[in-house]
Amino acid sequence: MEKTDPNIAAMCRPAPGEAGKTGDWRDLRPVIDHTKCIPSVKKRAACYLCWLFCPDGVVKPSIPVEIDLEYCKGCGICAEECPAKAITMIPEGGEGTT
Amino acid sequence: MPENLFKVNKEEYMLPGNRACQGCGLSLGYRYILKALRENTILTIPASCLTVLHGLYPTTSVALPCLNCTFASTAASASGLVAGLNALNRGDITVVAVAGDGGTYDIGIQALSGAAERGTDFIFVCYDNEGYMNTGTQRSSATPMGALTTTTPIHTKQQNKKDMLKIMEAHDLPYVATVSPAYPMDLYDKFVKAKRIKGTRYLQMSAPCPPGWGFPPKDMVKLSRLAIETGMFVLFEVENGRFSFTGRSKTLAQKGKRLPVINYLERQGRFRKMSLEQLGQIQRWVDGKWNEYVRRAEAN
Amino acid sequence: MSRTEILTGNQAAAEGAKLCHIQVVSAYPITPQTSLTEYLSQAIESGQLKAEYVRVESEHSALSVCIAASSVGARAFTSTSSHGLLYMHEQLHWAAGSRLPIVMCCVNRGVGAPWSIFNDQQDSISQRDTGWIQIYCRDNQEIIDTLIQAYRIAEIVKIPVMVCYDGFVLSHTMMPVEIPDAETVDAFLPPYHAHTILSPEDPRNINPVTFPWRRADQDGVMCDGYMELRYKLQNALEAAGETIATVSRDFAERFGRDHGGLLWHYRTEDADVILTGMGSIATEATMAVDALREQGIAAGVVGLRVYRPFPKAAVREAFRDARAILVMEKDISYGYEGALCSDLKAAFYGTGISAPIHNVVAGLGGRDVKARELAEVTREILARIAAGQPEGPTTWLNCRTDTPTE
Repeated sequence: MEKTDPNIAAMCRPAPGEAGKTGDWRDLRPVIDHTKCIPSVKKRAACYLCWLFCPDGVVKPSIPVEIDLEYCKGCGICAEECPAKAITMIPEGGEGTT
Repeated sequence: MPENLFKVNKEEYMLPGNRACQGCGLSLGYRYILKALRENTILTIPASCLTVLHGLYPTTSVALPCLNCTFASTAASASGLVAGLNALNRGDITVVAVAGDGGTYDIGIQALSGAAERGTDFIFVCYDNEGYMNTGTQRSSATPMGALTTTTPIHTKQQNKKDMLKIMEAHDLPYVATVSPAYPMDLYDKFVKAKRIKGTRYLQMSAPCPPGWGFPPKDMVKLSRLAIETGMFVLFEVENGRFSFTGRSKTLAQKGKRLPVINYLERQGRFRKMSLEQLGQIQRWVDGKWNEYVRRAEAN
Repeated sequence: MSRTEILTGNQAAAEGAKLCHIQVVSAYPITPQTSLTEYLSQAIESGQLKAEYVRVESEHSALSVCIAASSVGARAFTSTSSHGLLYMHEQLHWAAGSRLPIVMCCVNRGVGAPWSIFNDQQDSISQRDTGWIQIYCRDNQEIIDTLIQAYRIAEIVKIPVMVCYDGFVLSHTMMPVEIPDAETVDAFLPPYHAHTILSPEDPRNINPVTFPWRRADQDGVMCDGYMELRYKLQNALEAAGETIATVSRDFAERFGRDHGGLLWHYRTEDADVILTGMGSIATEATMAVDALREQGIAAGVVGLRVYRPFPKAAVREAFRDARAILVMEKDISYGYEGALCSDLKAAFYGTGISAPIHNVVAGLGGRDVKARELAEVTREILARIAAGQPEGPTTWLNCRTDTPTE
């Protein structure tokens, strides 16, 4: 039998993707050049300003740095703030994108 | 994870795939507000952009308990949470109200003044995107002079921004502070500090809005910095009436020179119809406020 | 031990609130409700009542405080009148939609413009669409008893309850009131457990924007759209009539007083003409009925206690054999007629009840309503019906209506 909504008042539970796959919002996608990205170059935790300034928290401060493209809205702040100029915003649907 | 790189709680309470715009100033700041507050918190928020960020039924993008309330009632809602939690001996939970400038300066001011006057033990956060942005950029009393909005579409806003910080200081609060998404560590530290203080704590966050202010999303952090460089936004805290600059504003006060406000204003579409006279008035207004802050800092 | 004291309506309400161990009170002064809040402040500050009193700066904030406190699990109380009630109007909708068991006393007073501080029921009746249960008290004993029942009802059905009583007529008039025994009240009214989940242990976002359509949650369960949630409220209200009656009977068993559940009868067994109303006007009508009976007119009173949810079935039963009905009310839905009159007519639709129904608007802005005036208007209407004219315009009782209106 189909499970029904037990709530008598609107109570939400937390989950990612409330607005769907917000990666769909992008017309520009961030691409990281790991030959310039400081943590990759130094092979240790360093910089991570892209993680710091991402308004959506979709940057993973790992080595190498990873961006969750399922949810990245393509705002371009990471590219703007990267001190090593390691991030480029390329058009979605352009070369190197699916 | 970057251990010891940024001394912040690494937990993300704001989940991705939410409805905030690309490059939203509120969104960036809110990440750090929630990190500082941690789990033992109950939020209450009125109708605003944040309501939308929190998401629509039956899912929410924020992993902390939150009570939505009507537009005018944010601080009263917080007062009710505090009273209810005290009655239930759960007064250890931090109650935090988060409203936009509309819900703080305008429709929400009565309840806020009431709650502050009663010394209600909660944190009130105003994220100031300088207009009623959730309804499409109408003028609020927080909108700066010279700005175009949909309700000041030709003549621009005629009045200077209301000094909400001064109004809140007039309530003799233990803690009043400003924060910016351009300086997440300064923001985080202030919220960690605020959490430990009893009484009404008021924090106001600069929240640049790409669609409302007319600038590309990628420039949000840069513009937040420029606001501080020009003195249009000042980083400070007032603890029991004692004023001090913090962060970049402190450095500027001590040695740097503020950039002329034109550097900040010309990068935003909303100021494109501003007159030269208004520009002069804004510069004088910023200078006046800044000098007053400097006097207060030196008096300590 | 129960004890009898001479109390005003506001004092009776305060005693009731104390017995219910309310945990959060938030209210703003407004005549004629103010003294109720003063008694509660006194009770709290003297240690008699352990509760948080939030001295808000407006009625809108008062109900906002109650909504938040109730959401987090505290038993919340407020009271107001007239413009105070109107000022919290959006919050009335919000509280009902949130399904919170808040109890509020509405000390009925007329609304402006122009100002009136005196009694009528326009304030609460104009809020009948908000989703609150509304119970009208006819005397001070009923006030304290109804308040106690109200929390039990509210917490079972999860709908806020408005306990209404006439300003000055009851709020400031002294009557003997038996204050129930505290232990018996505790056995009758268990502690409150919120259905709303607002705690760090299980983070939820309560009352967000809700789409018009239904929407799946993260587990794929199809959750309600706005309309389903509102349907649930209506459904709960309709079912609440049953709970109100049950609680009323249980109260009667434990405390020995029965105020009638949904409605009460006075000399209606063989009545031809039935007078009906809510609150103290219905009590006044019983005196009119005694006078009419002495003149050989078989009159009776059906006093409506519960206005929302409208007790459709009970009302159809109560008026089934009436040959004439006079609806006496201290309100009017401007542009149409008295709200109670309209609601009764609608309830009779589809049944065989075809007795002439006459609307009497009385007591607006505190104009005195005398039993003999009610008796007189009854005789007039009966005479008119007998002369073959069952239809007629609304009577504005004891009001000059020949002054030019434009």
